[in-house]
Amino acid sequence: MRRRVAPYFLLGPGAAWLFLFFVVPLYYLGELSLNSGVFGSYEFTWHWENYSDALQLYDSQFVRSFLYAGLATLFALLLAYPLAYTIAFKAGRWRNLLLFAVVAPFFTTYLIRTLAWETILSDQSPVVSVLDFLGLAPEGHVLATAGAVIAGLTYNFLPFMVLPIYASLERLDVRLIEAGKDLYASATQTFFRVTLPLSAPGVVAGTLLTFIPASGDYVNAQFLGSANNQMIGNVIQSLYLKQSDYPAAAALSFVLMALILILVLVYIRFAGSEALMGEEAAG
Amino acid sequence: MSGGGSNVWRWLREHAVSIVGVLVVLYMLIPIVVIFAFSFNDPAGRYNFTWVGFTFSHWSNAFGIPELNEALVTSLKLAVLATVISTVVGTLMALALVRHEFFGRRAANFLIVIPMATPEVVMGSALLSFFLLIGTFSLGFQTLLIAHVMFCISFVVVVVRSRLIGFDRNLEEAAKDLGASGFETFRLVTLPLIMPGIFGAAMLAFALSIDDFVISNFNSGTTVTFPLYIFGAAQRGIPVEVNVIAMILFFFTVATMGFATWQQRRAEKMASVRPDQEAGVGMPAGTPAAT
Repeated sequence: MRRRVAPYFLLGPGAAWLFLFFVVPLYYLGELSLNSGVFGSYEFTWHWENYSDALQLYDSQFVRSFLYAGLATLFALLLAYPLAYTIAFKAGRWRNLLLFAVVAPFFTTYLIRTLAWETILSDQSPVVSVLDFLGLAPEGHVLATAGAVIAGLTYNFLPFMVLPIYASLERLDVRLIEAGKDLYASATQTFFRVTLPLSAPGVVAGTLLTFIPASGDYVNAQFLGSANNQMIGNVIQSLYLKQSDYPAAAALSFVLMALILILVLVYIRFAGSEALMGEEAAG
Repeated sequence: MSGGGSNVWRWLREHAVSIVGVLVVLYMLIPIVVIFAFSFNDPAGRYNFTWVGFTFSHWSNAFGIPELNEALVTSLKLAVLATVISTVVGTLMALALVRHEFFGRRAANFLIVIPMATPEVVMGSALLSFFLLIGTFSLGFQTLLIAHVMFCISFVVVVVRSRLIGFDRNLEEAAKDLGASGFETFRLVTLPLIMPGIFGAAMLAFALSIDDFVISNFNSGTTVTFPLYIFGAAQRGIPVEVNVIAMILFFFTVATMGFATWQQRRAEKMASVRPDQEAGVGMPAGTPAAT
C-alpha cells in the first residue's frame, strides 16, 4: 500500500507547480485571447476575430520568424556537426576543454552576448570589413539586416545543437564505422550510410532545441535587426508590455504555440519514429 | 615546391573536420573575448560599442552603480531561491519517475517535457495572462520566483533522472541487509551517490534563472533583475561596469565548475578503491571504504 502512494507524494509538489503555473496559465492565455474591449475593460466575449486579425496583420512577422529560425537551425546544424564530431572522435585529451568551450557562452548573460555581436557587427568593425571584402556585406553594412539577426540566432542557440549531437556520437559504437571502412566504403559513404543515421536522434533533438526557442525569440531581432526584421516575438512583447493590447497578444501567442506544435509533429513524423524512439530512450 | 604544396593540401584534407571544429569553437568564444576586452574600454560617449582606450577604472568601480548592484542582488536572491526549490522538487519527481511504476506516469513525463518544448515568449505571456486575470499575485519578486521555479523544474528532472538511471540498486539492498532503515538508506547511500547529478542540476537551474530575460520581462512588474537592467539600459547606453560584472560572473561560474569537477574526480578515485575490498561494498558511501 505504502509503495503505491509513495510516487504520488514524490511527484506531488513538482507536478502541482507545473500544472498550476504552466498548464493553467495556458488556459488563461486562451481565455484572454477571446476577450474584446479596450484596455481597462476587457471582457470575455468569444471574440474569435482576435485570431483572424492577428493572422492578417502580422502574417509577415510569422513567416519571418519561421524563416529566420529555420535558417538559423540549418546553419547551426552545419556548424555544430563538425564540432561535435571533432569533440567525440578527434579531440583526445582536449575533449573536456572543447566541451567547456561549447558551454562557456552560457556563463555570460544572453543579453550581453547579443550586445557583443552588436559590437562585432558594427560598421567600423574589422569583421565587417572582411565580410565587405568578400562581398558578403552589401554597402559595408551587416547590423540591422536579416543576416545579422540570423547570425545572432545561430550563435545563441548553437550549444543546444552541439550537445545532443555530441551525446549521440559519443554513444556510437566506433566498430560500426570501422566495419564500414573494412567493407571498402569510402569515407563519405561511411559517413552518410553509418555515422549520420546513427547520430539522427541527436540531430533531431538538436534541431528541435534550436528551432523552438529561435522562432519565439525577440532579443536578436531587437538588438541586431531593424524595423524590417521584427519577428513574432517582438510583436507579442510590444503588444503585451507597451501597448497593453492583451487579447491580440494572447491570440498571437496561442497561434505561435499551435504552429510550432504542428511543425514539430510534422517534423518528427518526417524524421522517422526511430529517431524519436532513440531520443526517448536517451531521455 | 609543388610537392610541398600538395603535402599541405593533404594535411588540410585529412584534418578538414577538426579544422572546421576548432574554427567553430573560436566563433563561440569570440563574443566572450569581446565582452572581456570591452570591460577595459574607455568609451567617449554613453555607448560602449567602439574601442577608444584602455582603462582599469571600470574594474575598480565594478560595484559603483547603485541600480546595477540592486539588480544584481535581486538576481542572485531569485536564482538561489529558485535553485533550491526547483532542485528539491525536481529531484523528488525524478525519484518517482525512475523508481516507481504508477498510473499517470506518461502524463507526468509529458508535463515535464512540454515546458522545454514551449517558446519562452509563450510561457511568459501565458503566466502574465494568468497573473492579470486571477489578480491574487502582484507582479514582482514573487511572480518572478514562481516563473523561475516553473521553467527550472523540467531541467532538474532530466539531469537527475539521467544520474538515477545508471544507479546500482544493489548498494541500497546491501544497506538494508545491514539493518539500515528506508530513510537511513536514502540519506547515507542513495543521496551521496546521486549528489553529483543533483549538484549539476542545481548549477543548471542557477544558470537558467540568473540568465533569464524573456519570461522575467513579462512577469517582473517593477522589479529589476540583472538581465532586465541591461535591457533597460540598452536604450540609453550600457555602462561598462555591466561588462565587468558579466566577466566576474563568468569567472566565478568557471571556478565553481572547476572545483566541482575536481571534487567529483577525487570522490570517484576514493570510490574506485572500494570494489577491491569485499568488506567495503555494503558500507554507506558517505564514509570512505579505504579507512
